[in-house]
Amino acid sequence: MIKVKFRNLPSQLSLLLLALLLTFSITTYAQDEASAATEQPAATGVGDAAAGKTLFNANCAACHRLYKPATGPALFGVGDKYDREWLYSWIRNSQAMVKAGDPQAVAIFEENNQAVMTAFPALTDTDIDNILAYTYTEKPEVVDPCIANPELCEGETSTSGVSSEIILLVLALVFLMLVVMLYLVTKTLKRIAEANGVVYEKKEKRTPIWQAFIKNQFLVLVVSVFLLLSAGYFAYGWMMQVGMDQGYAPVQPIHYSHKIHAGDNEIDCNYCHSSARKSKHSGIPSLNVCMNCHKNISEYTGEEDIANGYTRDFYTAEIKKLYEAVGWDEASQSYTGETKPVKWVRIHNLPDFAYFNHSQHVTVAGIECQKCHGPVEEMEIMYQFSPLTMGWCINCHRETNVDLKGNDYYKKIHEELSKKYGVDQLTIAQMGGLECGKCHY
Amino acid sequence: MNKFSDTNMASNKKYWKSVEELKEDSSIVETLKQNEFVTEIPTDDFLGDKEALESSSTTRRDFLKYVGFTTAAASLAACEGPVKKSIPYVVLPDEIVPGVANYYATSIADGFDFANILVKTREGRPIKVERNDLSKHNEVNARVQASVLSLYDKNRLQGPMVDGKAASWQELDAAVAGKMNEMGGQDVVLLTQTFASPSTTKLISEFQAKYPNVRHVIYDTVSSSEAVAAFQNKFGSRGLADYDFSKAEVIVSVGADFLGDWQGGGYTSGYSKGRVPQDGKMSRHIQFEANMTLSGANADKRIPATPLEQKKILAALAGGYASDLPEHLAEAVRKAKAELQKAGSKGVLITGIADVNAQASVLDFNQGIGSLAMDSSRPRFTSMGNSAEVTAVMNGVIDGRIKGLITAGVDPVYSFPDPRFAEAYKNLDMSLAFSMKADATASSAKIVAAVPHYLESWGDLQFKKGSYSLMQPTIRPLFDTRQFQDCLLQWTGNQKTYYDYIRENWEGGILGSSDWNQALHDGVMESDAELASDEATLTETTLESTTANGAMALSAQDSGLELILYTKTSMGDGQQANNPWLQEMPDPITRASWDNYITMSAADASALEIENYNVANGALNGSYVNVTVGDTTIENVPVIIQPGQARGTLGLALGYGQKDAIQQEMQTGVNAYRLYKNFSPVQKVSVEKTGGIHEFACVQLQNTMMGRDIIRETTLDTYNSEDASVWNAMPMVSKDHKEIPVTSPDADLWEPFKRDVGHHFNLSIDLNACTGCGACVIACNAENNVPVVGKEEIRKSRGMHWLRIDRYYSSEESFAGDLEKKENISGLGSSLSEFAELEQASENPQVAFQPVMCQHCNHAPCETVCPVAATSHGRQGQNHMAYNRCVGTRYCANNCPYKVRRFNWFLYAENDEFDYHMNNDLGRMVLNPDVVVRSRGVMEKCSMCIQMTQKTILDAKRDGRAIEDGEFKTACSAACNAGAIVFGDVNDPESVVYQKKNDKRMYHLLEAVGTKPNVVYQTQVRNTTEA
Repeated sequence: MIKVKFRNLPSQLSLLLLALLLTFSITTYAQDEASAATEQPAATGVGDAAAGKTLFNANCAACHRLYKPATGPALFGVGDKYDREWLYSWIRNSQAMVKAGDPQAVAIFEENNQAVMTAFPALTDTDIDNILAYTYTEKPEVVDPCIANPELCEGETSTSGVSSEIILLVLALVFLMLVVMLYLVTKTLKRIAEANGVVYEKKEKRTPIWQAFIKNQFLVLVVSVFLLLSAGYFAYGWMMQVGMDQGYAPVQPIHYSHKIHAGDNEIDCNYCHSSARKSKHSGIPSLNVCMNCHKNISEYTGEEDIANGYTRDFYTAEIKKLYEAVGWDEASQSYTGETKPVKWVRIHNLPDFAYFNHSQHVTVAGIECQKCHGPVEEMEIMYQFSPLTMGWCINCHRETNVDLKGNDYYKKIHEELSKKYGVDQLTIAQMGGLECGKCHY
Repeated sequence: MNKFSDTNMASNKKYWKSVEELKEDSSIVETLKQNEFVTEIPTDDFLGDKEALESSSTTRRDFLKYVGFTTAAASLAACEGPVKKSIPYVVLPDEIVPGVANYYATSIADGFDFANILVKTREGRPIKVERNDLSKHNEVNARVQASVLSLYDKNRLQGPMVDGKAASWQELDAAVAGKMNEMGGQDVVLLTQTFASPSTTKLISEFQAKYPNVRHVIYDTVSSSEAVAAFQNKFGSRGLADYDFSKAEVIVSVGADFLGDWQGGGYTSGYSKGRVPQDGKMSRHIQFEANMTLSGANADKRIPATPLEQKKILAALAGGYASDLPEHLAEAVRKAKAELQKAGSKGVLITGIADVNAQASVLDFNQGIGSLAMDSSRPRFTSMGNSAEVTAVMNGVIDGRIKGLITAGVDPVYSFPDPRFAEAYKNLDMSLAFSMKADATASSAKIVAAVPHYLESWGDLQFKKGSYSLMQPTIRPLFDTRQFQDCLLQWTGNQKTYYDYIRENWEGGILGSSDWNQALHDGVMESDAELASDEATLTETTLESTTANGAMALSAQDSGLELILYTKTSMGDGQQANNPWLQEMPDPITRASWDNYITMSAADASALEIENYNVANGALNGSYVNVTVGDTTIENVPVIIQPGQARGTLGLALGYGQKDAIQQEMQTGVNAYRLYKNFSPVQKVSVEKTGGIHEFACVQLQNTMMGRDIIRETTLDTYNSEDASVWNAMPMVSKDHKEIPVTSPDADLWEPFKRDVGHHFNLSIDLNACTGCGACVIACNAENNVPVVGKEEIRKSRGMHWLRIDRYYSSEESFAGDLEKKENISGLGSSLSEFAELEQASENPQVAFQPVMCQHCNHAPCETVCPVAATSHGRQGQNHMAYNRCVGTRYCANNCPYKVRRFNWFLYAENDEFDYHMNNDLGRMVLNPDVVVRSRGVMEKCSMCIQMTQKTILDAKRDGRAIEDGEFKTACSAACNAGAIVFGDVNDPESVVYQKKNDKRMYHLLEAVGTKPNVVYQTQVRNTTEA
């Protein structure tokens, strides 16, 4: 009995340890990160900064940022530089002012490489006041939780590690002591029993169980057949996964987070992978697509995952990698023309002899990307979600109904089939989706 | 005593292994008792250097360890997939969507082939040439189909060269300017191909204005000079009369291979339109010729005649009298003449005789009868050379009168007949060659300007008066090249690009009220704009009659053989000799690839003791001859015995025998241009047999049908008067002592499969329309990544073409004669002798072509024998082949009655043993990314272009619309200029293929086998109605 207990000791120990570890780490995660964006009331002038922020994001943020130049100049404190009335008319129609020859307007126009600013005739004076109020928002201090509260970060990395080791050691000692004590107790008890003249019944020696087993030929046969079959089963299973890369998550040259883009910012998959709608390839977006947004988004300001080292600086550095690849000079806000195409590591690899067409599934069938690619919006690092095996393809083709309605291509087929079989829905397999030549040519 | 008898005491028998053992005291037996072998095994011999072996540190055990380790390492490594990189564009061009093809309208004008085409590009790479249906000049022959591969020729020039060294374009410009100034006042000849380009013509005249000593001479490698001269004499401007054979009811051709390359070719579609019987009528075609040509093979009546006889025949037809013609020819001429007379304006007479008078008489005749088929008001401008001028240039260079020569688009060192030219060319003061390759001329020129392929160039064209077209680049130049025209612009001090120059030119006149972008989009435009400078009017004419040369020089007393130089369907004038698709394309007539050869009639061959025979594996071998014209002899020319070749004549194809910038494997054949004296295609020759045996790569071993109905044939009379069951009978089988049609469900082993829902694809091939031109073969190669296997493999019948065009000869006068003979065979003796006779083609056989690809049988014999179910049937009618499933048993190929399955005996891609386009990065750019490249050990075959049908379906699904007839295409049906191949959905009763399937001419190949193919053929009808 004792022996049995001891055998389980390590696993129990580790479980206990794990539980302890978890409690510690949860406490670290639970540290609420100090919110960065704290709005301060407008230093000067009138207006509601909160309403201004909304308006700014809706109208201005495409070209302007508060603290650094983007397509247009930085707008922090712009209300101090120019007369309020002048700003009203400039924002409503800057080009008219340039044409009219307003010296200030012409100066700005020339300073910004003659880039034409969009006219916003719909903005009222109040709106503009609000926006201007928002432009007085002070640049928030970068709050690094580690700097703000160093004990936490220290604790995260060092204390938990040390404590677990100590606990392990202490527990091991305790158990060792228990074992020794139990042994000593039984020894003492036996000695006392012998001294008291208690006689143990001698057990008759029985055939050991393994000999009995060997003698029973039927049992041996059954067991060996079972063993062979299960060995075959596992060997087959192992061999079938050769060349299957489910879960493949290679390190990419730029740490691109689908979680931030598709998850946090809810960018539609088709925005970047636009050819998925019309081509067999979903396409890795060309870098000019990235620059549609990243021309203005040069820093990461979202949430951090410090545990994994995904700090804001880390993400911002990745954005700089993009700039380097595409040849974007932040200082002059212009392209240098020196490009370094990014060599992404391809994750989803179908063999050459299998033909797959994204548009067939995305546009015609209307399947969600997630059906095959998994919860991409939660993937910090993209990985292959599905096995991409033929069995996996075929299962879906067997189970999925084709929506024949509303597509003129299927009109005739639909009519004929409903007449013939009295059915309304057919699976892809019934439509011929399991035929070899549909995917292999 | 041997061991056996010692141990076998129970028996007293003595067994002996050899007579030796019976001899007493045989030393051999003694030795054998001790040793296993009589003599010592020469281990040292095969182990090599004994000392080195012994001193080696690798012991046998070590060796085994290494083997074990590497095997284990290799198998472990195989479990890990390779890391693949994907590199997207930095800035994606707007027009490119990865995975979606773009089509661009452009034109080819390489001086020999002229056509308006569409080019399919994928991710910016041209991968396929298609017909441009907006154009009337859209005949895409095999060479044009294959030209996309010539773009990716790894032997192309990578940049300009000056004095044999790579140079920059600035250096070249400086060198040319220096030379041109040096040459001031001296005669410099600009020798070019026919450009048929209004802007180029204008540009050349500007260049001449700057350098007045430059003289422009147009040189067509294969000349139509006499026809142009005759046209000029009659109509006042240079050009070629155009013909529309669909308007002709009677076509009489005297030596004109108008379905081949006669006067630029491109007459197939018009001809085929008139050949399909409609309302009981079809055209009648009579051909007098010496070589067996495509035109002769398609004729209703073909009469072999030597070039000398042809002249007399033409004279008789065009108005004169048939003087001293043999009786059978005189009779044929009388009949042809009567038919022409009867047809009136619906008749047409054409000739290929290279003689101004002959050409003039044809123009006169057609004009006289008011032939609707001839169009002289809008002539063609595709062959504008004047051979007299070219001869003058050649001789001028040889005797040193001409000091400077600029060549563009031509290779005179290779193609001029006089061998002294090559030497003289090297000694020129100025030699500048515009070339795509370091060909014979470019490799001895002092300055070489590397020019782009036509798919990388801008250009404008006027093939035919009033028919304008544009050429636009479909890929950025692969190498450091500059167009001929851009060079001229540079050298005339013009800062414009050629694109701007063309555009300005067009907007200044040709476009009229049309839009440039529309014209560029369409690729073609009709305009009546009169151009100030036309090649037609520009060329100074030196109207020397060529009567003294060539064919006319042959007088009646000349005996001996006449050689007819012709161009092969696959090779043309030889510009694309480094194109493996074309090298491997079998000639439609001889069915031989990778060669040119003398074609000779059987009678002449037996007189010269020349033989053709098949060796054990079926490959064709033949004798060699030496061919002598005047003082020029070409040695060791192989001979193919050609049924239908006129006695006393020989044929030899031009365009072969090139050595410069041609890969070793493709340096095939002999250079027949050496015999092209005076640019006359007819030469008097003497031949003598020499030793040695030539190995041909001939793909067809059985030349006759022996009375079987592989090709069904009937006459127009029978077709019109009799029921289809007479001339297109359904084979019957006996069941329960009753005759039932083989297609009846009762005669079937299998349950019929319902195919009435969805699409059911059928392919119809009209044997009346098919001329055998082979454009479909190359189109299929391009679309389906069909590998090139090389001459040796072709000889072993391991060709990989998915689509072949079988050519059959009749053994009797006609196929009907074969059938009759077969029916009358009785008894074993008769059958043995007469079947053997039926195997031999007759001297002037009837010829029939039949494209054969996988027949996509509904009851496919291949499917039932595949042990791994790699080939299976789709409900759309296609017989699928899953390459990755195939284990290569080849049962399917053995069980296929049509022999259309092809086995990958080797890995043909990325294998140095097959060093063709699939073995280099550049050549692989032509591969179709939608079709897999097959690996070694798997079977492949025609898929009925399932990638194309699937794409059509997907496009329709995506747009949510029904598919219209004509949308479904295969590579072969899209490529067919003759409209013989029609593809579509037979479940659509509106479709053309549905009508074809239910036509009374429809039959299935080998119907009696009961395979129920999805490919149908239309019975060939011949118009044998004589006047």
